[in-house]
Amino acid sequence: MDLDGVIVFKGWNLKGGLNLEGHKDLSRQYSIINTAIPNELIYPLVDRSGNVQTALVKAGERVLKGQVIAGSKGVQGTLLHAASSGLVKENEWRMIAHPSGLKSECLIIATDGLDECCPVDEPVDYTQLSAADICEKVHQAGIVGLGGAGFPTAVKITPNNVRTIDTLIINGVECEPYITCDDRLMQQYPSEILLGIQVLLRALAIENCVIGIEEDMPEAIEAIQKAIECSGFNQIQVKVVPAVYPAGGERQLIYQLTGRETPNQGFPADVGVVCQNVGTVMAVYQAIVKGQVLIERVVTVTGMGINKPQNMWARIGTPIKDLVSQCGGYNGPIERLIMGGLMMGFSLPDDDVGITKATNCILVATSKEVTKSSEAEMQPCIRCGECALACPVNLLPQQIYWHSQGGAHQKCQSFGLFDCIECGCCDVVCPSHIPLVQYLRASKSKVFLKRREDEAAMLAKQRFERRDTRKAQEKVAQEQRIRLKKLALVKLQKESASSPVKMQDKS
Amino acid sequence: MLWICLLFAILGVILGYAAFRFKVEGEPLVVEIEALLPQTQCGQCSFPGCKPYAEAIAQGKADINQCPPGGEVGVKALADLLGLDAKPLDESFGIEKEKKVAVIVEADCIGCTLCIQACPVDAILGAAKYMHTVIASECTGCDLCVEPCPVDCIVMSPIKPSVLNWQWPEPIQNRH
Repeated sequence: MDLDGVIVFKGWNLKGGLNLEGHKDLSRQYSIINTAIPNELIYPLVDRSGNVQTALVKAGERVLKGQVIAGSKGVQGTLLHAASSGLVKENEWRMIAHPSGLKSECLIIATDGLDECCPVDEPVDYTQLSAADICEKVHQAGIVGLGGAGFPTAVKITPNNVRTIDTLIINGVECEPYITCDDRLMQQYPSEILLGIQVLLRALAIENCVIGIEEDMPEAIEAIQKAIECSGFNQIQVKVVPAVYPAGGERQLIYQLTGRETPNQGFPADVGVVCQNVGTVMAVYQAIVKGQVLIERVVTVTGMGINKPQNMWARIGTPIKDLVSQCGGYNGPIERLIMGGLMMGFSLPDDDVGITKATNCILVATSKEVTKSSEAEMQPCIRCGECALACPVNLLPQQIYWHSQGGAHQKCQSFGLFDCIECGCCDVVCPSHIPLVQYLRASKSKVFLKRREDEAAMLAKQRFERRDTRKAQEKVAQEQRIRLKKLALVKLQKESASSPVKMQDKS
Repeated sequence: MLWICLLFAILGVILGYAAFRFKVEGEPLVVEIEALLPQTQCGQCSFPGCKPYAEAIAQGKADINQCPPGGEVGVKALADLLGLDAKPLDESFGIEKEKKVAVIVEADCIGCTLCIQACPVDAILGAAKYMHTVIASECTGCDLCVEPCPVDCIVMSPIKPSVLNWQWPEPIQNRH
């Protein structure tokens, strides 16, 4: 890496990126352990992208392991399953896995320790399943991208008339420091992952698959290659990716492996690619080949602040404190508890938060690993341009920061604000310690808020106008009624005038 | 002389045709002004809604600083659009307040429908002698329903922070 010029890494096709200290040895050499059933499983009824999950079970109801307990509607709807048997408690407001640290409504299961399963489907031969069957099963199993974004997998693999897919890319890059869950999965379950890939290839009706693995995971590369040799799935290629952060970013990996650039407002499918994380492939294997729904995932619990860093099969909804205690507990004062990686994760104020499908890592960081408050030492921007050199998506972070500070969020957009993947490379290289990513995130939030407000204003305007038209119509109708009544009255009076007998009667 | 007359006649025809062919429907300035107003429809500007206020501004009958929900930002946007100097909000029309949403204390509601009639955006649901309720997502926080309620059962409550409306804060600036 050369900070004075353009950063160039061997074999790295993109500009920018960083060579970060991996800290992977803390946890990578230990086998994935199974975890005990927690006393409580916590499921937030809203996810990080703001999709609301509707509870499908009532308080007091007994649920079984694998039973559907909540679901979200819409094309991108997903299902949530109970990770163990137990009683559903009243919904509570708990802190959730969200950067805000705010509380939100959660569905809580008090487990009974019996771990009684729902009756499961008989495992079927995936080669007999149609693409639609596979998509439906993947949806029913509640599978979402386990790499962090949590996008519903069934939506990604459902055939689409508009876009033709020719390549399946499996993301085994795991470029963020500390995280080793995908590394361990590939080391321990290579043949399962290959079967999962076969299922996905069948669903997509394509043959071409590339697995991207970072060069500093030799064991995983070897395991996968061996499994490919043994299984004879020779159409699956393994490509080694240089250990540059953020090589595991979806768009970055696609470019690195295929040379195709995903359009800025588009999706990988626009360039004929579907990208899946290794963990997701494992979940697909478990769902289709084993008939198991997604109720657990591998989580790396690591950092210097924990006694025994390791990877564990954790049930979705397990409170972090339960995982920490099974890793020997904290070993001293903790600076920050981070969910996700060091670069892209977010701090949690408390460890009583349930893990979600998108939780790949719990990082218990001490003051040696993270600085106390980067804001304290922030200096003015000297316009050195290091951030622009480090940016893997060719942005000018200093420029966006400049406009963001001035509140010109529209201007930020013209500088590609929404292309920022929030990887944090600019933060790391900034000699003035400016938290650039946070400025950019704040800017994004403001733009979203403005959009929401504009939409609401539009709606209010429509309703106001409709109400106006309705009132005008009502007025016209009323006048009409009055006129008709008057006419009728005049007619009646005329009639009575012409028949004096009646008049006499009345008087 | 004849040629000049002829030329003018031709130009006249072209202009006449252009005026007919490229006729602008409505008043574009009103539309542009209205797009900058918050559509609260609260009437604090002394006009019965955002559109009438926009029309008044366009005709020069109202000043640009009469919209409290739009606030200073709104005044600035209007000033930019109209090429005027931004000025502080005229406080005689009200002050800029945090956005709120109306909530009907349902236990106290007598079902009089007065608030339903007052709501400019049809955000209150109910029928005579039945309990009413506010559709929170449609409420613009205009306050107009509070006044007519005979039993004072409508409260304007601040919007609660939740993970759905949370925003990334800007870093605390602590420069040396």
